[in-house]
Amino acid sequence: MFDNLSEKLDKALHVLKGHGQITEINVAETTKEVRRALLDADVNFKIAKEFTNRVKEKALGQNVLTTLQPGQLMVKIVKDELTELMGGETEGINLSGNPSVILMSGLQGSGKTTFSGKLANFLKKKKSKNPLLVACDVYRPAAIDQLHVVGDQIGVEVYSDKGNSDPVAIAKAGIDHAKQNGYNVVIIDTAGRLAVDEKMMDEISDIHKAIQPQETLFVVDSMTGQDAVNTAKAFNDILNFDGVILTKLDGDTRGGAAISIKSVVDKPIKFIGTGEKMEAIDVFHPSRMADRILGMGDVISLVERA
Amino acid sequence: EKSKTTFFSKLSKAVAGKSKVDDDVLDNLEEVLVTSDVGVDTTLKIIERIEARVAKDKYMGTDELNIILREEIAGLLSETNLGDATEISIPEGVRPYVIMVVGVNGVGKTTTIGKLAHQFKNKGFKVVLGAADTFRAAAIDQLQVWADRVDVPIVKQKMGSDPASVAFDTLSSAVSQGADVVIIDTAGRLHNKVNLMNELTKVKRVMQKVVENTPHEVLLVLDGSTGQNAFEQAKQFTKATEVTSLAVTKLDGTAKGGVVIGISDQFQIPVKYIGVGEGIEDLQVFNKYEFVDSFFSNKS
Ligand SMILES: Nc1nc2c(ncn2[C@@H]2O[C@H](COP(=O)(O)OP(=O)(O)OP(=O)(O)O)[C@@H](O)[C@H]2O)c(=O)[nH]1
Ligand SMILES: Nc1nc2c(ncn2[C@@H]2O[C@H](COP(=O)(O)OP(=O)(O)OP(=O)(O)O)[C@@H](O)[C@H]2O)c(=O)[nH]1
Ligand SMILES: [Mg+2]
Ligand SMILES: [Mg+2]
Repeated sequence: MFDNLSEKLDKALHVLKGHGQITEINVAETTKEVRRALLDADVNFKIAKEFTNRVKEKALGQNVLTTLQPGQLMVKIVKDELTELMGGETEGINLSGNPSVILMSGLQGSGKTTFSGKLANFLKKKKSKNPLLVACDVYRPAAIDQLHVVGDQIGVEVYSDKGNSDPVAIAKAGIDHAKQNGYNVVIIDTAGRLAVDEKMMDEISDIHKAIQPQETLFVVDSMTGQDAVNTAKAFNDILNFDGVILTKLDGDTRGGAAISIKSVVDKPIKFIGTGEKMEAIDVFHPSRMADRILGMGDVISLVERA
Repeated sequence: EKSKTTFFSKLSKAVAGKSKVDDDVLDNLEEVLVTSDVGVDTTLKIIERIEARVAKDKYMGTDELNIILREEIAGLLSETNLGDATEISIPEGVRPYVIMVVGVNGVGKTTTIGKLAHQFKNKGFKVVLGAADTFRAAAIDQLQVWADRVDVPIVKQKMGSDPASVAFDTLSSAVSQGADVVIIDTAGRLHNKVNLMNELTKVKRVMQKVVENTPHEVLLVLDGSTGQNAFEQAKQFTKATEVTSLAVTKLDGTAKGGVVIGISDQFQIPVKYIGVGEGIEDLQVFNKYEFVDSFFSNKS
C-alpha cells in the first residue's frame, strides 16, 4: 500500500527533469508528496503540515545549491530535517538511584509487561544489575501471573501481592523489598490505561508521587495512528515522563507515531521492542527510524549518489 | 459536541446554496477524516463522493448536508452492515458454530472473547472456549479468568503445546458436550511473520478434521488506535484465514478507528463489534452511523 517516498518524489519531479533548479512550483508539488507519505506513515496531521512547511522553506532557501538535482536535494532536506526532529544521540536510562526505580506507563496492550521483562533482562545481562520486577497491575486478568512467567523466563524475582488491590501500596512495598534484599534496580509494571480515564490517570500519578522514580517510561505501540499525540501529551502532562519506548517494530509499520510523539512531548525515544522474546530489545537509532518512516534504505542511497 | 456542531455549521454555511464545496471546507473535512485515521486514499475517495453529490443536488441545507456526509462515509462500510444490528448470528442447524479470533499482539482478542462469550451465554447458547494461545506468558490463565467470570467451560493444555492440538481438543469436547458456540483464542502475531501466519492456517485445517467447514467465522480484532498499518493486517490475515468479520477495540479512548472504513470497503468485510472498555459488558454491536458521527464529536 505504501509506495516509497523517493519513488513518489521522482514521479513528482519527473516533469521537471533538466530544470536543475528548485522553483516555487515544484517545491509545492513535492512537499505535497512528502506530506502524503508522512500521513501514510501515520505522522500526525498537524505535525506533517508543519514539517512540510519547514521543508518547503528550507528548500526554497537553498537555491544556492541549484547544481544538484532537485529531487535528490529534496530527499536530503527531508531526511536531515526528520533525523534532527527524531533526536540526536541515543540516551540511556538513569540508574543513579539506590535502588533505581523505573516506572512503566502506557495504554492497554502497548507492551509494558513484556518490556518490563526485556529491560530487566537487559540490565541484568548487559549492565550487571540486580533487578526486581514489581507487579502493580491489579486489574487485567492474570497480569500478575504474566509478570511471574516473564520473571521466571529471565531468572529475575517478581514482587507481587495478590491480596492487595492498591497499586501505590504494592509499589512502595516492592521498593522496600528491594532495599532489604539488595536489589539495585526496581522495575514497576502498571496496568494499561486510557488517557481519558481520570481515575486511572490519578492512580498512576499517585504511584509516581509516592515512589519518585528515577525514570518514568511511556510505552507505545509503533502501529499507533493519529491518536498518538493525544495520548503522549496526556501522559506527559501527568507524569512528565523521561523517555519513550516504541514496541512491535518487528512488524511492517512505518511508525510515524514516533515523530508525532517526539514533536509533542520532546522526550527521547530510548528503546525499541522488536519481538515477543526477552532478547528483542534494542536502543533507538533516530536516523534508522527516519529512514523507516520515509520508506527505507533506498532514500539514503539516492542521497548518497547525489 | 462542540467541535461537531462547529464543523457541521461551517460546512453547511460554505455549501448551502452553492453547487460546489469550497476548498476551505474540504480542507476541514480532510483534517477531520485524516485525524480519525481514515487514511489519505479513503479520505480522497470520500471527498470526491461529496463533491459529486453536491454538484448534482445543487442547493443543500444543513440537515441534508449532514445526512449526505454520513451516508457517503458510511456507504464505504461493507454492504452487509446495514446500520442495524450486525452481530454474529448463530444459524440453526450448525452445531457447534465455531468462531476463531485472530489479530496482532495486544489488540484485545482475549478480552473480546470473554465479552462475546458472555453475550452468547446470555442469549441461552452453550459456549466453550479454546485456549489456543499457548505462547504468550499467562495467556491461558487470562482466558481461564474470563471463562470463570462468564461461567463457561474452557479447553486448555500446557503453555508451549501445539495450538492446533488445543483447537482440535476444543472442538472434540464441544461436540461431545453438545455445545452451540465455540470460540478459539489464538496468540497475537504480527502479520509479516510467515511462520506464525502459516500456523493459523494449520489450526484451521486441523479443526476441519473434527467439524467440517470450520471455523464458520474468523473474527479479526483491530485495535482502534492503530493507524494505516491495520490495512496490511487485514490483508495478511485475510490471506491466511479468510477473515469474515471485524471487531474494533479500545474505542472508549480518544482514538477514532477510522482506518476500518477503508478496510471494510476494500476487503468487503463487515465490522460487527466495537470494544468500549475492559469490562464484561463493554462490547457493542457496530452501528455505522454512530461510528461516523464519532469522528465529528470531540471526546477529550
Ligand atoms: N511482535 C511483538 N510483540 C510484542 C512486543 N512487545 C510486546 N509484544 C506483545 O504484545 C502483546 C501485549 O504485550 P503486553 O506486554 O502484555 O502489553 P501491556 O502493555 O503490558 O498490556 P496491558 O497490561 O494489558 O496494558 C503481547 O502479545 C506481547 O507478546 C514487540 O516488540 N514485538
Ligand atoms: N480500554 C479498553 N481496553 C481494552 C479493550 N479491549 C481490550 N482491552 C485491554 O487491552 C489489553 C490487551 O487485551 P487482550 O485481550 O489481552 O489482547 P490480546 O489481543 O488477546 O493480546 P495478545 O494475546 O497478547 O496478543 C488488556 O489490558 C485489555 O484489558 C477495550 O475495548 N477498551
Ligand atoms: Mg501488562
Ligand atoms: Mg490474548
